Amino acid sequence: MKLKNAFFGATALVSVASTAAIAEEITIVTVNNADMITMQELAPQWEEATGNTINWVVLEENVLRQRTTTDIATNGGSFDIMFIGAYEAPIWGANGWLTSLNDFADDAAYDLEDIFGLVRDGLSADGNLYAVPLYSETSFTFYRTDVFEAAGIAAPTEQITYTEFADIAAKVHDPDNGIFGTCQRGKAGWGENMAFVGPMANAFGARWFDEEWVPQLDSPEWNAAITYYVDLMTNSGPPGATANGHNENRALFKDGKCATWVDATSAANDVRNPATSNVADVTDFFQAPKQATEKGTGWFWSWALAIPASSQKTDVAKDFLKWGTSKEYFEMVGESKGWVAVPSGTRISVHEDPRYLEGAPFAESIKNAILSVDPTDPSLLPVPYTGVQFVAIPEFQGIGNYVGQQVAAALAGQSTVDEALANSQQFAVREMTKAGYYNK
Amino acid sequence: MARAISTNRKALNTAAAGTLGFLMFFPILWMIVLSLKTEEDAIRAPLEILFSSGWTMESFGAVQARSDYFKHFSNSVIISLGSTFLGLLIAIPAAWAMAFVPGKRTKDVLMWMLSTKMLPPVGVLIPIYLIFRDTGLLDSRLGLTFVLMMINLPIIIWMLFTYFKEIPSEILEAARMDGASLREEVIYVLTPMAIPGIASTVLLNIILAWNEAFWTLNLTAAQAAPLTAFIASFSSPEGLFYAKLSAASIMAIAPILVMGWFSQKQLVRGLTFGAVK
Amino acid sequence: MISPAVILLLMWMIIPLGMTIYFSTLRYNLLQPGNSPFVGWENYFWFFTDPSFSAAMINSLVLVGGVLLITIVGGILFAMLLNQAMWGQGIIRILVISPFFVMPTVSGLVWKNMFMNPVNGIFGHIAKLLGFAPIDFFGQMPMASIILIVSWQWLPFATLILLTAFQSLDQEQVEAAEMDGATWASRFWFITLPHLARPITMVILIETIFLLSIFAEILVTTNGGPGVATTNLTYLIYVSSLLQFDVGIGSAGGVVAIILANIVAFFLMRMIGKNLDA
Repeated sequence: MKLKNAFFGATALVSVASTAAIAEEITIVTVNNADMITMQELAPQWEEATGNTINWVVLEENVLRQRTTTDIATNGGSFDIMFIGAYEAPIWGANGWLTSLNDFADDAAYDLEDIFGLVRDGLSADGNLYAVPLYSETSFTFYRTDVFEAAGIAAPTEQITYTEFADIAAKVHDPDNGIFGTCQRGKAGWGENMAFVGPMANAFGARWFDEEWVPQLDSPEWNAAITYYVDLMTNSGPPGATANGHNENRALFKDGKCATWVDATSAANDVRNPATSNVADVTDFFQAPKQATEKGTGWFWSWALAIPASSQKTDVAKDFLKWGTSKEYFEMVGESKGWVAVPSGTRISVHEDPRYLEGAPFAESIKNAILSVDPTDPSLLPVPYTGVQFVAIPEFQGIGNYVGQQVAAALAGQSTVDEALANSQQFAVREMTKAGYYNK
Repeated sequence: MARAISTNRKALNTAAAGTLGFLMFFPILWMIVLSLKTEEDAIRAPLEILFSSGWTMESFGAVQARSDYFKHFSNSVIISLGSTFLGLLIAIPAAWAMAFVPGKRTKDVLMWMLSTKMLPPVGVLIPIYLIFRDTGLLDSRLGLTFVLMMINLPIIIWMLFTYFKEIPSEILEAARMDGASLREEVIYVLTPMAIPGIASTVLLNIILAWNEAFWTLNLTAAQAAPLTAFIASFSSPEGLFYAKLSAASIMAIAPILVMGWFSQKQLVRGLTFGAVK
Repeated sequence: MISPAVILLLMWMIIPLGMTIYFSTLRYNLLQPGNSPFVGWENYFWFFTDPSFSAAMINSLVLVGGVLLITIVGGILFAMLLNQAMWGQGIIRILVISPFFVMPTVSGLVWKNMFMNPVNGIFGHIAKLLGFAPIDFFGQMPMASIILIVSWQWLPFATLILLTAFQSLDQEQVEAAEMDGATWASRFWFITLPHLARPITMVILIETIFLLSIFAEILVTTNGGPGVATTNLTYLIYVSSLLQFDVGIGSAGGVVAIILANIVAFFLMRMIGKNLDA
């Protein structure tokens, strides 16, 4: 295998002038979100055009993270292209694990400047670009216009508080008729329940660490936030919420079982698409709620394509990256799947395309929501880190997963909020001590 | 067994055992039912699913379009057959030696071998991963075949040992008198006599290898990924997914299920590990 | 002739084990590239003081014990039933044995989604039909749910072995006892159970080997949660080494698990060893 890779690598170098002169086989590992599935469906066109072939490895999000991190950190070389996020890209890039994509700027047809600057920055480290986005997202509230109307609730026009949100959820909660007041993520994981809980905690004035990197999980703000979350889900949520991640909730919402749902803007195209959703005509959006502060109440995330430094087929991989995030690709999705299905938050030109604005009338509010996020200033009190729903340090994965499990335990009633947060604090202190944050 | 059994009693037994069998089999049956429904129908109430919705094969097509079943299937076949036969080659001589020329430590060795099976695989994943990376075995059928052979080898040796022990050693001695070499003795005398036992061993090991889900998931990417990886890609929903998950599940378990049904008798024998005569 | 197997198994054990022991003395985190300094026992300190450690030990015991109890008691009952005269015994046996062939990931996913999901699962629908609130299996009784799934997979195994044992039970002895006026209970206690001792130890041995390293069922259903309610030792090591990517601590956990497994193996082996001589 190694030898074969080396051989292909060498031939790729020889034929560098005529890229893809020799048909290559590349391996792409991806998460099973709807937009990636669409890419998988359209990829044969790239394969035909270039003569290369693609092996797709499709994994669930938690498994994807584990597999890609193991592979890239041990220099395993199993994958040529990985789907990674705004958390991994800067950290991995700084570690030298990813191939720099700076040369994309030289490709006039690709037009790198057309990708939102905020998103490019989020995928860069030390001024080097390490990944290109398929889509970017913040969070906002999905709600059912028909349900609100029937309950006599006017859709909020300003940012409401979480307290007001809980009142609304309680009013529209009607489990006997199969509709739950609110569906929120409960499945443990830093990228699952903590993606919702983190920004909500920000709203309550909480922070992960103080300026000295001391964990703050036992603070009254965290306690208020988690208590609120457990109450909200117990009173107005679906049963079994600890099993529901983004995709499970998306399925529930599209099936018409949820009245409200605070989650990724990137789900809007799918929820509003009549071909894939039962509630396409009766769904609208408002801002994610605030509470003590409006800072950091909407998260920032981007699913992006990156090339591990261990890949031997960098040129072909780059060619695919350019194809998959090109203006033409988004146009192709628009033409074949309907403009409503086009991934959002990537290219300025796409967001200005009249066909897109007509097909996806919510696109403008998504763009504005994304552009209003400031990951460098995510919370009421000062913090030493960047990131809204995550903390951009390598230790965060472990801490976030553990806290996620504890929050899930509190939600399931397996422990109290106090216990869950005390355990979380203890764990976070341990991890930060282990990592040597306090002996400097 | 001269006792006469009344027809009533027999009917009662049949009803009770039939209910039991139905309940045990029901999850698999339900997979089959849901795999033949549309996604929208698959989440309806059970009675509606059964009686007031249509049947369709579309989920199987959708699954195949997403993920190449036949590639994963052939990987599963190659890896499970390969590891089983490789394991036999190594296990037959070892089991022969332990059964017919037992030393003082034979039983200890056997026990030790079986205890290696108790090591938690996750404890040694990173070392194996690094070794595989350095030898180029990551995501290769060869590497996976080797790993599965190693983790099942203790079971193979143990099972063969229990079968060989049942073969009277006089027969082997007779062959030796006739001038058979050790190799000939094993190949021409012992192996044919032990065929039923070997068959049971082979069957059980194919099943274990087919269903192994830790090493196969962590050491493969695309080239060598077997059906366990195929299933993993359907584990989280993108929209409604019960029908697709059911179809993928059926496709993954059907080959081994059918094999198990047809070889039930040998398998039962194999499963008892010689503990029950 | 035994040597190739012994050498291979030794290599298979000693090389990764050696590396695991070596890693367990390093500060080695995949996410922090650079040198990995020697830290002695530090990783063991962190592993043993991990608040999840004691929970994981207890969970491992509960999981293994629970499944063993269900499969052996259930297996005896099933085997007694299947040992009666009936029509279509072959087909019924095929039905009962089938769960054994289902790969763990599939059974985890099918139970989780199609049965235990409180909104769309069968149990949820039945509860609604009967007017109860659906049970949130993995939230309210996570360990019991895992035990149920694993037991479903292993019941056929226990049933088959015990059924074979029943079929070799000396009927004349039973009938003689019956004529001597022995009650059903005492017949079961003094004749049947002793006869089953050997197959039962066999079931315990084989199942324990596999149950100690239960992983896939937990991974696809609860991810060890909520909290650490379904984190067994195997899963805890997985979390350390593959979710926190702390190979040092994960390796320390691996060494601990290997030592524990060997202790369990030692006692089981002695038990089985005695039974084998008999």
